[in-house]
Amino acid sequence: MLEVSDLACTRGDHRLFSGLSFSLSAGELMQVQGANGSGKTSLLRTLCGFMMPEAGEIRWRGQDIRELDEDYYAEMVYLGHLNAVKDELNALENLRINAGLAGCEVSDGQAIAALRRMGLRGRETLPVKVLSQGQRRRVALARLLVSDAALWVLDEPLTALDIGAVGLMQELIGEHLQKDGMVIYTTHQPLQVGNVETRYLALS
Amino acid sequence: MNKLSLFGLLGLVIRRDLVLAMRRRADVLTTLIFFVMVVSLFPLGVGPEPDMLRKMAPGVVWVAALLASMLSLSRMFSADYQDGTLEQMLLVPQSLSMLVLGKILAHWMASGLPLVLMAPVLGLQFDMSAQSLGVLMLSLLLGSPILSMIGAVGAALTLGLRGGGVLVSLLVLPLCVPVLIFGTGAVEAVNSGMNYASHLSLLAALLMLALVFAPWVTAQALRISME
Repeated sequence: MLEVSDLACTRGDHRLFSGLSFSLSAGELMQVQGANGSGKTSLLRTLCGFMMPEAGEIRWRGQDIRELDEDYYAEMVYLGHLNAVKDELNALENLRINAGLAGCEVSDGQAIAALRRMGLRGRETLPVKVLSQGQRRRVALARLLVSDAALWVLDEPLTALDIGAVGLMQELIGEHLQKDGMVIYTTHQPLQVGNVETRYLALS
Repeated sequence: MNKLSLFGLLGLVIRRDLVLAMRRRADVLTTLIFFVMVVSLFPLGVGPEPDMLRKMAPGVVWVAALLASMLSLSRMFSADYQDGTLEQMLLVPQSLSMLVLGKILAHWMASGLPLVLMAPVLGLQFDMSAQSLGVLMLSLLLGSPILSMIGAVGAALTLGLRGGGVLVSLLVLPLCVPVLIFGTGAVEAVNSGMNYASHLSLLAALLMLALVFAPWVTAQALRISME
């Protein structure tokens, strides 16, 4: 489904990686590994089309993502270092707006159910300003629950999360893979998803 | 899950930005108060001579509106850029141009429309006639959305740059000159008893042109800024 061939990426004058090829098919989980500054985030941002690759191609269902453009974006969800939640809005408003930007109209009921599953019961209508870092991350992650995108691109999804939430993330990723979804992620924390073999991509 | 339509997206973005503007009211008020102050300073500085005031009124109100609208430009995308929302916006599956159009319209409603509504009150300080007040309002109503649209392109291009706030004004102000000329021209035409419709028609034409091109250009500029 997602095929990357001979990808090269530079940041300024510095060559991060080159000749990178891999493919990801339905139900597969891939972890991008590498030291700080090895280009993990740049790779994920290139997969999102934010950055132009220096060389190489990224194909989704056989077509270049630059040509697919908005059709590709409808089938993927990206979660970056930044949470994309607004301090002035409450958790529920944030989730509904973020889902709307991703192209899905979510009812209050669905959004509340997603937030409760993320362990935010009773915090749904509090301004995000008063929530902790971990809780904000949970608000951001709740977006995964209301999305029907096939490809999840997660950049350090586990930062600021406690052990319970890490367990929950493993569960969510497991469920997504069972529905023939795909996940590519980076993390420095161990993430064990039951019954699924994690593929590793090492950047050096 | 229901898919959100193109106009659903437009509505969502406008609603979102207006709610955010209402919760950060200080930002909206600074623009308006700046406008009121600048316009009010002129009669104090120039002296209370009705003839002269009447003559300079359209120019003063328009230039003040132009400067006031520059104040809020740098904020149009920067908050979304800093908290990562802009990344998500670039991944919008409907149309980035439509989303940008929504943001521009919301920005105009929060910062341009209050100026239009306040202008006649300020015009009274300059002893403007009822008809010229009406035309002033009309010209601002047509002209201020153009300022928001040209400004959006500048704001997107200077996103994430140090000192972007000043840079955007330097970039955008020269491009706003035609709007200023036709805007003040319409009011001056009324004052000298000529036909003002041509000036307003030209403003409306500029508005249409901006409406077609500005969202698309801004969308491309945002993509470049995010690289």
